[in-house]
Amino acid sequence: MQNTTNKEREELLNEANSARWELGLDFHDTVIESIYSNASQIARKTVTQKGEKEAYSADLKIDKIVTSRWLGFPLMFLMLATVFWLTVAGANYPSGLLASLLVDYMHPILKSAAASINMPWWLDGVLIDGAYLSMAWVIAVMLPPMAIFFPLFTLLEDLGYLPRVAFNMDNLFRKAGAHGKQALSMSMGFGCNAAGVIATRVIDSPRERLVAIITNNFSLCNGRWPTQILIASIFIGGLVPAQLAGVVSAGAVVGIAVFGIFLSLVVSWGLSKSVLRGEASAFSLELPPYRPPRIWQTLYTSLIDRTIFVLWRAIIFAIPAGIVIWLVANIHIGELSLAEHFIQWSDPFAIIFGLNGVILLAYIIAIPANEIVIPTILMLTVLSTKLTGGAGDGVMFELDSVGDTANILHAGGWTLLTAVNLMLFSLLHNPCSTTIYTIFKETKSWKWTLVSTFLPIVMGLVICFFTTQIWMLFVVG
Amino acid sequence: MKSIIQNTNNCNNCSVHNAANLVKLGLNLDDVDYVITMAGNPNTGKSTVFNNLTGLRQHTGNWPGKTVTRAEGGFSYNEKRYKVVDLPGTYSLLSTSTDEEVARNFILFGQPDVTVIVVDATRLERNLNLALQILEITDRAVLCLNLMDEAKRNRIEIDTRALSKELGIPVIPTAARRKQGMQELLAAIEEVASGKYVCKPHKMKNRSPKLQHAISTLSEKLARQYPNLPNTNWVALRLLEGDNSIIEAVRTGELGSINTNESVVQS
Repeated sequence: MQNTTNKEREELLNEANSARWELGLDFHDTVIESIYSNASQIARKTVTQKGEKEAYSADLKIDKIVTSRWLGFPLMFLMLATVFWLTVAGANYPSGLLASLLVDYMHPILKSAAASINMPWWLDGVLIDGAYLSMAWVIAVMLPPMAIFFPLFTLLEDLGYLPRVAFNMDNLFRKAGAHGKQALSMSMGFGCNAAGVIATRVIDSPRERLVAIITNNFSLCNGRWPTQILIASIFIGGLVPAQLAGVVSAGAVVGIAVFGIFLSLVVSWGLSKSVLRGEASAFSLELPPYRPPRIWQTLYTSLIDRTIFVLWRAIIFAIPAGIVIWLVANIHIGELSLAEHFIQWSDPFAIIFGLNGVILLAYIIAIPANEIVIPTILMLTVLSTKLTGGAGDGVMFELDSVGDTANILHAGGWTLLTAVNLMLFSLLHNPCSTTIYTIFKETKSWKWTLVSTFLPIVMGLVICFFTTQIWMLFVVG
Repeated sequence: MKSIIQNTNNCNNCSVHNAANLVKLGLNLDDVDYVITMAGNPNTGKSTVFNNLTGLRQHTGNWPGKTVTRAEGGFSYNEKRYKVVDLPGTYSLLSTSTDEEVARNFILFGQPDVTVIVVDATRLERNLNLALQILEITDRAVLCLNLMDEAKRNRIEIDTRALSKELGIPVIPTAARRKQGMQELLAAIEEVASGKYVCKPHKMKNRSPKLQHAISTLSEKLARQYPNLPNTNWVALRLLEGDNSIIEAVRTGELGSINTNESVVQS
């Protein structure tokens, strides 16, 4: 029975095959043509245009400017820089406020509550000094910048600016042998790389889609923006007079983001000239009309969908990470804790790349979520330099201002070079575990998942190495 | 068509115009009576219509390709429960990118009770290309003529009655961003779902007799193999065009399992 069905099915397919030859080569085109002609006939019967299309001409004028050959890119960078500047300038004060509330005020209350019920010291340490403090840190450091950055970015998106970005970038991507729509998945990656990887589904050709997936990590995601913004404000903003600091640090962050775009083009080019060889395919991109965004709804959705979502994810990952940090700082082998062993062992290796053991350990602990890199670095720095500011080993303590953070890092032996390398390494390292998992789900290939994971780390180490060596030659030299 | 606002007012005393009839169910999708799906070109406001119906707040961005996976939600209207599936926006159902395949597979294998085709009223001709392709796959659809507010701003007038006659399905002018026309859309969805409105979908004209003949021969054979398949003509055309995923579906018999839907739909 089964066999006869199968046979009939094959016969049917064979018949279709031979009929296809009889229909001739242009048959596919005529099918499409008949759809178009039917559509146009119906439209002619039902649509009437009265007078001029006024709204379009305004859109056209704006598009002539924002997608123009000379002004397109400068306007794009200017817009990005403005968004970052507003984020940097606006986030500092509420961050300090949250830190003093959650850390200065709440932490002692929790500690004394734990003491009053005679909680054992290790449980108190794991829960309050580890889990609670790391969560408090993540909220204080991340919530304000996100609550400013995401609504601004969403407004640009709702206005219809993103397709124009794609339009501007299309030519560059095509020259790199990649699909023009990669500009769209790249833009999504600026929010979240996992979302960016899913967004590559709009790309038809599997080759170009793989290129887009592998290079998506070069878009700084929101887990990494706070690191960039904080380090830039401390070390790069600190180089110039106070009134210029905001603009200069925003400029530095834009610089890193643009460097990421540049690398994503270079790597796309490299891939499509080597392992993923092929020509860029053509596509049509519709520039939607500019639509005035509905401000309140945008604020609402970007707060709920993005800010709270991302913050929640960060908290969920920060709590176990806080526990891990406390444990590696308090489990001793011989004289030193586990953390100190790793830091001392990896320091000589890390110095070659202008980083340090603390940063490497922080990036290992932070594989689940990039968001907790900065809190982890601060905690480990305090631990390894035996600063007196901390409340004990493995405790993330109060830092109510950017100034305090700066003092710790300076005490930990950080220089401008360390800061620059951290910013580069934050751009160029493995994607977070969620993104890695998403890449595997989308590509269903271990090979490409591993390539996407390790390629950025190798590039990050190479670039940090050269930055450091050149710096040593010319600046210190 | 004078304007949507007037239409809405005229409907105030109509029995279906009663906001209490609509209960937004969000993600609560148990025991649904009907499955409806939203399809259309990118950036026509599918997600906005979807959010209006389900009360969900899926982010709607002003750029093509916002939705690449399908989103699901539900609502209840006149005591019937509906599941809504929002499909990725596509320009056609012919090509092979993942988003187009998600959309096509759902309409073909998911067998929705109603397909709501959301089109941009300011770009009707281009949007109709997809609408006509959808009407070849399914014979139960409603055309949601969205962005009527922008069409009005651009002084475009559309004869919705004539359009409905040409396409053979209900045509509802809406402005989803302003929540206009949603009641009429719901009423039309209900009529098609319940079978009160019988669609007579547009049949493609200007095809060569040779092609018509090849399609009908194959289609008859398909009907014998797969008695449950409602769109044999379309499948025949895809086979003639050498569409690999459809050839595979015929070979494995996946086409026959159509009524067990869900399991074969890629998400």
